[in-house]
Amino acid sequence: MTDAAIPASAIPLQAFLALAAVLFCTGVWGLINSRNAVRVLMSIELMLNAVNINLMAFSNYLDGQLIRGQVFAIFVITVAAAEAAVGLAILLSLYRNRETVDMERFNLLRW
Amino acid sequence: MTIASTTQQICFLLLGTTLVLGSLGVVLLPNIVYSAFLLAGVFLSVAGLYLLLNASFVAAAQVLVYVGAVNVLILFAIMLVNKKENLAAIPGLLLRRLLSGAVCGGLLVLLLRVAFTTPWALPGPVPVGEEATIRIGEHLFSDYLLPFELASVLLLMAMIGAIVLARRDVFSSDVITGEPADQGLLEKTRTPLLIDTSGRDTPQLETTR
Repeated sequence: MTDAAIPASAIPLQAFLALAAVLFCTGVWGLINSRNAVRVLMSIELMLNAVNINLMAFSNYLDGQLIRGQVFAIFVITVAAAEAAVGLAILLSLYRNRETVDMERFNLLRW
Repeated sequence: MTIASTTQQICFLLLGTTLVLGSLGVVLLPNIVYSAFLLAGVFLSVAGLYLLLNASFVAAAQVLVYVGAVNVLILFAIMLVNKKENLAAIPGLLLRRLLSGAVCGGLLVLLLRVAFTTPWALPGPVPVGEEATIRIGEHLFSDYLLPFELASVLLLMAMIGAIVLARRDVFSSDVITGEPADQGLLEKTRTPLLIDTSGRDTPQLETTR
């Protein structure tokens, strides 16, 4: 079914989706396994970028006239910038109180 | 499309390789400064992918916001907190890594299967190409006006919140009660508020889990 449809571009849509899937899974693995809190924030940025690649690919291939995916990607970029600013401020405040960035030692909210 | 299809494919392969290797480096490298610089490379290659997808405006926004702002912010945070610390060993770390790797691999297989088996409605409409910026502007000021304004409020809130969280200025008196403020806490001559107990043997928290 997918092979019957001829892609409009030289690169198939599935290539972009596969690339975004690899990027997203790398981000998830880094999010779970990082000890350094800054690296956790970097992994979140990786995942947001993977989602953005998906949005842009769908916008170009399936919604080429009303490019709503691009508008949504701009909103995602905005929210990601706000998230990074607040996340790093929280990280600095935590570091000031605990003198560490080790995720395993931020256990104040642990049950 | 102005460039030939072979050139597009070569660009895609190069950008994809950079993206995958860079993201693996971000996650796996032990030195976090290298990770931050590789993250800039990942952001730039994502911007290149956007150019391949006929989205020059979002590519420019990606370079400006991610490489110019977010990555610089991350570098500043690294330089502010880069105390050399020896991380305590965790029991079962290898098992945890393998388990999470298996889960992420399963997620990857699931996503790839969805991507390759779904009958996408291809070929869709012809992409607008160079008119994308005009079209985005029309969207932002007509049917996406409310999210656009809300995004400005969100950015203002994030800016004020970041300032409130990260600032370290000293009040001479307490804002609410009017008593003299505890300057020792602010100047870090006293012990921190949240006493770190994880270094010692405190098994009372462990029994509750």
